Amino acid sequence: MKVLMFGWEFPPHIAGGLGTACEGIVKGLAHNGVETLFVMPSASGDEDQSCATILNASDVAVQHVSDTVEAFLDKVKFINVDSNIVPYVDPEEYFEAIERMKREQTRETTVGFGQKFKFSGKYGANLLEEVSRYAQVGGTIAMQHAGEFDVIHAHDWLTYLAGIAAKELSGKPLVVHVHATSFDRGTDDMVDTRVYSIEKRGMEAADRVVTVSDLTRNIVINKYGIDPGKVVTVHNAVDFSGRENLHVERGVHDKVVTFLGRITFQKGPEYFIEAAAKVLKRTRNVRFVMAGSGDMMQRAIRQVARLGISDRFHFTGFLRGQEVQKMFALSDVYIMPSVSEPFGISPLEAMRSNVPSIISHQSGAAEVLKYALKVDFWDVDAMADDIYALLQYPALSDFANRQGFDEVNALKWNNATRKLKKVYESVVNP
Amino acid sequence: MKKSICLYFQVHQPTRLRLYRFFDIGKDSHYYDDFANRTILKRIAQKCYLPMNELLLEAITKSKGKFKLAFSISGSALEQFDRYAPEVIASFRKLAETGNVEFLCETYNHSLSSLVSPQEFAHQVGKHKAAVEQYFGVTPKVFRNTELIYSDAIGKMAFDLGFKTMLTEGARHIMGWKSPNYVYNNDFVEDQKLLLRNYSLSDDIAFRFSDRGWSEWPLTAEKFVDWLHGAEGEIVNLFMDYETFGEHQSPECGIFEFMRALPEFISKDKELEFVTPSRAAAKHKSIGDLSVPQPISWADEERDTSAWLGNELQQDAFNKLYGLEEKLSILNDPALWNDFGHLSESDHVYYMCTKFFSDGEVHKRFNPYDTPYEAFINYMNVLSDFIIRVNNAIAEKQ
Repeated sequence: MKVLMFGWEFPPHIAGGLGTACEGIVKGLAHNGVETLFVMPSASGDEDQSCATILNASDVAVQHVSDTVEAFLDKVKFINVDSNIVPYVDPEEYFEAIERMKREQTRETTVGFGQKFKFSGKYGANLLEEVSRYAQVGGTIAMQHAGEFDVIHAHDWLTYLAGIAAKELSGKPLVVHVHATSFDRGTDDMVDTRVYSIEKRGMEAADRVVTVSDLTRNIVINKYGIDPGKVVTVHNAVDFSGRENLHVERGVHDKVVTFLGRITFQKGPEYFIEAAAKVLKRTRNVRFVMAGSGDMMQRAIRQVARLGISDRFHFTGFLRGQEVQKMFALSDVYIMPSVSEPFGISPLEAMRSNVPSIISHQSGAAEVLKYALKVDFWDVDAMADDIYALLQYPALSDFANRQGFDEVNALKWNNATRKLKKVYESVVNP
Repeated sequence: MKKSICLYFQVHQPTRLRLYRFFDIGKDSHYYDDFANRTILKRIAQKCYLPMNELLLEAITKSKGKFKLAFSISGSALEQFDRYAPEVIASFRKLAETGNVEFLCETYNHSLSSLVSPQEFAHQVGKHKAAVEQYFGVTPKVFRNTELIYSDAIGKMAFDLGFKTMLTEGARHIMGWKSPNYVYNNDFVEDQKLLLRNYSLSDDIAFRFSDRGWSEWPLTAEKFVDWLHGAEGEIVNLFMDYETFGEHQSPECGIFEFMRALPEFISKDKELEFVTPSRAAAKHKSIGDLSVPQPISWADEERDTSAWLGNELQQDAFNKLYGLEEKLSILNDPALWNDFGHLSESDHVYYMCTKFFSDGEVHKRFNPYDTPYEAFINYMNVLSDFIIRVNNAIAEKQ
């Protein structure tokens, strides 16, 4: 079995969790005997190619545009490329991207057919333009490598158009993989319709839609109107190989409860703050940390000040690399009160670092984690209760800690990709 | 009687905090950005304090003693001079030796203690008085509170500490139809005289001097003296930050030339004379009570305390800091008092101000943080470490 896979990023240069997931999938597939030809917009050359051949879309010239491509491209041309649209990106990254795009805009928009298009591979300002260019390149690659693959696999809406183009030109079946939907990025009444239409088109054109959780599967079925028969859940896993837990000397003697992620509406920061205030009424020997940045950060800071708990509630700003591990090492309880979370890999990382976790029922991770404490995101009383219990009753935290550690270690990509391989087989030999 | 011209310059430098992360809490109790503090202080010393002191000394000599003025130098600034630029202290001492320069008293750390804690207020005033005596060999007699913050009750507190004269803002909402160009007295204490800042004429120099969009630009000493003549009343109080000269107003705009010429013109003038605040209080009788039930200040359009305590971030930080006072008094540990003093500098809460619209320009100019939120987070991280130290010390004592 050989697969032509379209991704947007691949470690080591990643902005979001998509690249990490792709690496896990590619490695897991290799383990299950599936060869992968991985295409990404902007490869740097230092990606780990032991499990997959990585094709840099920036190196591919779009030359022989056949009639079908022409027809297809006509369809994608109407995409408006002049406005800013940014999926899962932190504010710093966003700002840098915008600045960079402003500088590079002129050069990039003048690239035409028969030339190579230099992709940024980031989530920047002219993302939609990159997405449609990526589709052109995707089609070209599918033709150049015709006969080298049995199935096409596209990750998230950024790559769906490339997947569709490849399918039209090669006639091979298409699997699209939904890591997140527009409904996880905006609220119900604030969804980016351009992205939504690309997502819907991708799901409709696909032979199978893979979702990272049942939660996301339901969204795909209900909000995108996709036939339930072709939507399959393959839960994410996480690769902890080669990772040692950090030992960091603590500066504070109090217990530490940590929230780590983008401070946005979807992550439910305000519920965490309310729960923190409730816990602090009962016990003082605890500190709360909100690590990350995002558009709700200023509101969160005001809320903390208004509640008068700012001597016990700390903000770290955006954490990078090793700092994240350090933060986990300093934590006693991890909390992910997401309002909407397709999967949510961070509690897995926390549990792997021996930190018991509380997660919301509204996250995909809740479907696989038996030993995480679960609450509804809006139920701040229950949340406060769980935090208090984990802090005060060592029996509970020790249990959650030990069991959780084993549990997340068992969530292997090898198992997840076995399921994925079955999906491939179901479309290759229907 | 000649019309009095009372000049007073404020000298203050905050003890800026370093970038203090959550990870530092409980591990590292050095809170200050020594590099920034030294660099900024040395720069301002070169651009303002040293050349301006020299200019003023010359003007005093030239005027044969007619040119008089007053300074208030916060304890936080004195500490930094002592550490990074002792030559500035020497040059102020030269000014003190002429006898024409009065040094005023204020809260040692340029703090807002007058708004919340009479004990801490008295402590900081005493500390500053001692510092002025130590550095300049004179005992301050006149009080100016941080940012000219004043109310009837604050005036009374200062009076009880021995200050019969106090400086404050001639805030429009307090003055109403009254003119700031007279001496008034405290509504609670008849014997305490008040000198009120003429904000219009003061700001002509401090803010508008280099503004080319201003209809009166360029401002010359002749023109300004004309305005002083035209000002109705007995006294014109020109109070401003000393950093106006050379720092806020660049040397290129002619501010030094202006300040060289102004004393000459006024000294020769038959109707005007320079007075120090002490002299002004002795020379002029109070023309009536001035009632100030709520604190006023010289900051922003509102002339109140909202620049420091206007939003919930500032209030929370402020309350958390002063909530420690009782424990600190029990401990009486000099190192803890020292950090408490620096953390009580009004500048730290000023950086958290969210009034960006009407006075944003001024706020931005003095702010080392990009946003009020960053200022708050950093300050609270520092304060959290400080609280741990205080609590540990209390636990040890018990």
